[in-house]
Amino acid sequence: MKQFSAFVKKEFHHIFRDTRTLFILLGMPIMQIIIFGFALTNEVKNSRIAVLDNSKDAATASLISELEASRYFDIEKNIYSYKDIERSFREGKIKMAVVFPQHFGEDLQHFNKAQVQLVADASDPNVANTLTNYATAVVMDYQKRITDDRQLPYAINTEMRMLYNPQLKGAYSFVPGVMAMVLMLVCTLMTAITVVREKEMGTMEILLASPIKPLKIIIAKAVPYLLLSVVNVASILLLSVFVLDVPINGSLPLLIVESILFTLTCLAFGLLISASTASQQTAMFISLTGMFLPTIMLSGFMFPIENMPLPLQWLSNVVPAKWYYLIVKDVMIKGVGFESIWKETLILAGMMFFLLTMAIKKFKIRLA
Amino acid sequence: MNKDKVITAEALTKRFGSFTAVNGISFDVHKGEIFGFLGANGAGKTTAMRMLSGLSMPTSGKATVAGYDVYKENEKIKQNIGYMSQKFSLYEDLTVKENIRFYAGIYGMTNQFIKEKTGFILQHLHMEKEGDKLVRSLPLGWKQKLAFSVAIFHDPQIVFLDEPTGGVDPVTRREFWNMIYQAAENGITVFVTTHYMDEAEYCHRVSIMVDGRIDALDTPKELKRTFNASSMDEVFLKLARKATRVAD
Repeated sequence: MKQFSAFVKKEFHHIFRDTRTLFILLGMPIMQIIIFGFALTNEVKNSRIAVLDNSKDAATASLISELEASRYFDIEKNIYSYKDIERSFREGKIKMAVVFPQHFGEDLQHFNKAQVQLVADASDPNVANTLTNYATAVVMDYQKRITDDRQLPYAINTEMRMLYNPQLKGAYSFVPGVMAMVLMLVCTLMTAITVVREKEMGTMEILLASPIKPLKIIIAKAVPYLLLSVVNVASILLLSVFVLDVPINGSLPLLIVESILFTLTCLAFGLLISASTASQQTAMFISLTGMFLPTIMLSGFMFPIENMPLPLQWLSNVVPAKWYYLIVKDVMIKGVGFESIWKETLILAGMMFFLLTMAIKKFKIRLA
Repeated sequence: MNKDKVITAEALTKRFGSFTAVNGISFDVHKGEIFGFLGANGAGKTTAMRMLSGLSMPTSGKATVAGYDVYKENEKIKQNIGYMSQKFSLYEDLTVKENIRFYAGIYGMTNQFIKEKTGFILQHLHMEKEGDKLVRSLPLGWKQKLAFSVAIFHDPQIVFLDEPTGGVDPVTRREFWNMIYQAAENGITVFVTTHYMDEAEYCHRVSIMVDGRIDALDTPKELKRTFNASSMDEVFLKLARKATRVAD
């Protein structure tokens, strides 16, 4: 025990002495939450659009005022010919143009049918899509209002309810994603580096020639990073609850226990990397490509796994972050209990034991 | 078993696949002796030393260190030896005192003992003022002396030194060897590898390895006589030229 505490103390000395790294480790989750929360968002607000009104009647006037009233659009200017549309797009002044043909109001009244054209700048397909959807919704709204007094023979009104995330906030999906990413980085990368550094500096030989058991070395190396990770989970959760208004619907203790399980999985992977490599650069490279990229690409947090080709879908199953991401989403957003996530938990636990056994085996082989 | 022998090796061999790094070496080292372990790069010195210090399992042969068997009593051996490698072995980003406390801690020393002895060592090395400085900021010679003090902090029976004076200036080397003599006087057996032949002269007995075998083992004086040489340098060159193995 004395050996162990001396070792853990030493590890903390290393961490606290390197203030720059410590600052990155503790500041990174905060930075990421802020960047993802405020800068990177799929919601489009106050997009500048242009209106070409060839009809100029009561109907177009009220539609235009509704577009203007919505918080999604700012009407940049009115234009008077088709040629201007093209020019405005080229100048980059507008994202979308709304074109009313001649006799819009008359058509609507006499033929019960009128057309409006939406022209969007699809060089950014996501924004184009979102904007046309918003505009269509505004038009539909208007249509519904003017038909309300008349009786239609058939009408199906779809009524949507967005469960668990009624405002469709992006934060609901990226908070779990950021948690997975940060824990991965702190645990896998840092543990991999810290063990390999001892090898590079030659202190590992001294440690192995001393009476301390290799298993104790491994655990003592992991303890400080486990604690750092708990601090990071706490700061991410606090930020998301109090700054981003993402609720924790499920049990907090369950969320913390699952986070620790994931942390241990990452630690085990970091130890495995460090036992198999000889230099810090290699360790860093392997952690980044072996862990960080798959976490971003294949955990389902950036890109939906359902849309990927089958082989990639299979591959995503071996990425621990995918399971952790599912668990966090279920517990935090849906508020489910352990009975709904025991499968994911079991898979994660299995991965952890596998990686840990491999790491210890590898570590022992090195000694022989 | 002779109590006076702290290291015994009999036909000790280590193979890596088809390559025989250490080929059946036999020797004894006595208590309080300074035993020089010489050889060209790649002759097998480090491998032999790693087997004796419990870092690596022998392929065949027998050996005891501090009276314990290298195959079965690995842990006991580690408890009774100190080790200092050719790479510098203190933590650069820790202070002098933190390094001492850490290494003493993993040998299970009590806090009281560590405190007293730390003060004593710093005084002895004239480093009282440097106790709270980072090791990184110390000159190399000081680091090496400190590393040696740390390696024998827990009063081991034997200390293994793997090229301890590499890159150190002659004055500091001289001081370093004074520390080695002092340790030997206190009953610590010193097992040292070196490339400096003047250092070989300081040893009580010297063994010279060539291609995994021990080709000569005696006092420096006897060796010079046998090989009809005026210095250890000459002895070494005469033997090392016979090597067929290419150094790495």
